[in-house]
Amino acid sequence: MIKMTDISKSFSGNQVLKNVHFTLEKGEIHALMGENGAGKSTLMKVMSGIYTRDSGTVEVKGEKVNFTSPKQAEKAGIAVIHQELNILPHLSISDNLFLGREETYGRTGILKNKQMEKKTRQILLDLGLDINPTDPASSLSVGKQQIVEIAKALSVDAEVIIMDEPTAALTDREIDSLFKTIRELQKRGVSFIYISHRMEEIFSLCDRITILRDGEFVGERRISETSFDEVVQLMVGRELGERYPERKSTIGDIKLSVKDLKRTGCFENVSFELRKGEVLSIAGLMGAGRTEVAQSLFGYKKLDGGIIEFDGKKVKIDTPKKAKEMGIGYVTEDRKSEGLVVDFSVEENVSMTNYEAISKNGLISKDKERKLYDSMVQRLGIRTSGPDQAAKSLSGGNQQKVVIAKWLGIEPELLILDEPTRGVDVGAKKEIYSIINELAERGVAILMISSELPEVLGMADRVLVMHEGKITADIPKHEMTQERIMHFATGGGKLAVEDQ
Amino acid sequence: MQLKTSNQSVLQKIAPFIGLFLIMTIITILNPDFLSVSNLMNVLRQVSINALIAFGMTFVILTGGIDLSVGSTLALTGAVTAGLMASGVDPIFAMLLGLLLGAILGAINGIIIAKGKVAPFIATLATMTIYRGLTLVYTDGRPISGLGDSLTFQMLGKGYFLGVPIPVVTMIISFAILYFILKKTTFGRRVYAVGGNEEASILSGINADRIKIYVYSLLGLLAAVASLILTSRLNSAQPTAGEMFELDAIAAVVLGGTSLTGGRGWIVGTLIGALIIGVLNNGLNLIGVTSFFQQVVKGAVILLAVLLDRKKTT
Ligand SMILES: Nc1ncnc2c1ncn2[C@@H]1O[C@H](COP(=O)(O)OP(=O)(O)OP(=O)(O)O)[C@@H](O)[C@H]1O
Ligand SMILES: [Mg+2]
Repeated sequence: MIKMTDISKSFSGNQVLKNVHFTLEKGEIHALMGENGAGKSTLMKVMSGIYTRDSGTVEVKGEKVNFTSPKQAEKAGIAVIHQELNILPHLSISDNLFLGREETYGRTGILKNKQMEKKTRQILLDLGLDINPTDPASSLSVGKQQIVEIAKALSVDAEVIIMDEPTAALTDREIDSLFKTIRELQKRGVSFIYISHRMEEIFSLCDRITILRDGEFVGERRISETSFDEVVQLMVGRELGERYPERKSTIGDIKLSVKDLKRTGCFENVSFELRKGEVLSIAGLMGAGRTEVAQSLFGYKKLDGGIIEFDGKKVKIDTPKKAKEMGIGYVTEDRKSEGLVVDFSVEENVSMTNYEAISKNGLISKDKERKLYDSMVQRLGIRTSGPDQAAKSLSGGNQQKVVIAKWLGIEPELLILDEPTRGVDVGAKKEIYSIINELAERGVAILMISSELPEVLGMADRVLVMHEGKITADIPKHEMTQERIMHFATGGGKLAVEDQ
Repeated sequence: MQLKTSNQSVLQKIAPFIGLFLIMTIITILNPDFLSVSNLMNVLRQVSINALIAFGMTFVILTGGIDLSVGSTLALTGAVTAGLMASGVDPIFAMLLGLLLGAILGAINGIIIAKGKVAPFIATLATMTIYRGLTLVYTDGRPISGLGDSLTFQMLGKGYFLGVPIPVVTMIISFAILYFILKKTTFGRRVYAVGGNEEASILSGINADRIKIYVYSLLGLLAAVASLILTSRLNSAQPTAGEMFELDAIAAVVLGGTSLTGGRGWIVGTLIGALIIGVLNNGLNLIGVTSFFQQVVKGAVILLAVLLDRKKTT
């Protein structure tokens, strides 16, 4: 179906792809794996005509092609769902879905809105999403927006669909329906290229796997003939060992205590305590109100009621600035819109939360700024071509590390992490876990929102489960199981049965 | 030239210089008098007022805003200062009050925009009318003259320092200070941050509202400085002063390569942009283009510059 040979690509002297080859057969689901910055997204962008390659050939169905725009690739039957979402928030869901190929009455330009809305509804229902097509896209959670993106690719009847980390923001249930759809389409002969950092997914879904490391092809395997360990080994070039590193922290006094927090329409009756050195996780489905709780604790969203005690003192946190001054850090969920100034360099992004530390009388000290950058890049293993690289040209996983780096600099006493390892590779995930552990060992209280259950099980001392804005369970480590969390996340008995 | 905050390519940065150089070359060929020292000083003096406003406008535009009210701010501060002076208030004190008023008028814009969450275009469109109206009310529609002979005041618009007109000196000093602020201070960095991604800035603990109020105040202050220069030059305050100044200032910023969507740009470009506009005004006069046709040329140059800029970025 597609054959790429000897593909090379550099950005301003920095070689990102070195003689990579890649083949895709008809009707297969082919995984592309590699660490953050290995060049997966770049390879796909070369294939779909977003980037021009420096050398090498691309063949589609035996014919050499030279796409110069994604539109051409789309005409050839190749649709791409990019890692970073491309949703226009003010347009309706159906407008987004049909953007650029609206259905009209002949050539009049008059839109067949009703028809498009009906189709949208059907496509989304097939993906297990029951939403009103006329709602603005901004009313959807990140996860649901992702599904709209997927629906977009499905609706052009593509023969090849490239998915760059489609599930990073999806809940288990959304993932299930996505996989069902993928398998359905596979039966109809559609081929998939599937990029993900989630091993479990790849092994349950894919047929073959190609692995890149530092821009080089390191191997291709049939899923049936390989193992987790071999793939990880190929990706990182060494044994990785335990996925969740051990933590030796002592849980201390109560750092944060909240009572009956309420934000109308988002959550209510939220009460919990978080101790120094403790890793408290909040699990739940997308839209359960977890992020809103975090944002309210951080002073970004207004609370409509409730009491917050910090170090035993009653406090009012009404701006992020105040939260920061109290020693609270917040690693946001959506790195592109909330975490980074994408036009800023990596260094400038890291500095954003640390102006006090790197300046004197309002003057930025270049030395201190560089020192901070150096220490963060080293501590987190961020892969950049230098401090001046623009954040937007970093690979997704490295962008995530930059967002974390921003907050490590303030030496937080309480760190809120919202999906901290979304889109991060296995090696880097472990590094992030180690950092969380290191912080906890130093007595930092950690509040970690995560939709990845294995991560919750592996990392949390305690888990709060939220469902539709309420805390439905508070489970200590020794009682945690995936089933139990899912049970409470879906609101108790009924859905646990339905899922079987 | 390595102001990386703007993240522009080198080519994009030197483009305004090339433009300026080309225009100057063409004009010199058509009329060599252009290059005389006295004429160049003249150009610089004519440029200084627009440049001062454009410097402030750069800050505003970097945060993703715009200010249409600067011309009216200039008129109102000029009128009030002149009014005070004419009624016998100590000239230095009157001028300080004028500067303060400029900053306050700017701050009002900033507060409406930041706290009232009104789009900058709309907010300043309204205050543009209000400030102009207040000027007309205050002056009763007539120029204010009889401003006394305070040396400081007279020097401001008409004096020389080591052979350089004082307005030009003021412009250069302001430029140096503002360049420094944008490049070296946390405030400057925050201006870029707020324009680059306001949400991420707030979530990083930056008080975006305050930054916005500051930049509009700064622009108001600079408009007041410009108004003092203008009032001194004319030895009177005109109620219609500053009309369309906002457009020249915005044009200078855009010619300099600063993005109207915020977050990207630099003040050096704005200086060059202001020079391009000044050189065009002066040069077109020198080579005998009629004032009506000058407008056509000016507009075309701006359009051309922006179009070229587009080409490079995509
Ligand atoms: N436009 C660009 N300009 C400069 N460098 C770039 C650009 N795009 C990508 N890179 C660099 O190329 C390398 C590969 O990036 P790519 O996005 O392909 O990685 P990836 O394998 O998709 O990683 P991830 O799993 O984190 O998404 C990275 O080091 C990145 O910084
Ligand atoms: Mg990627």
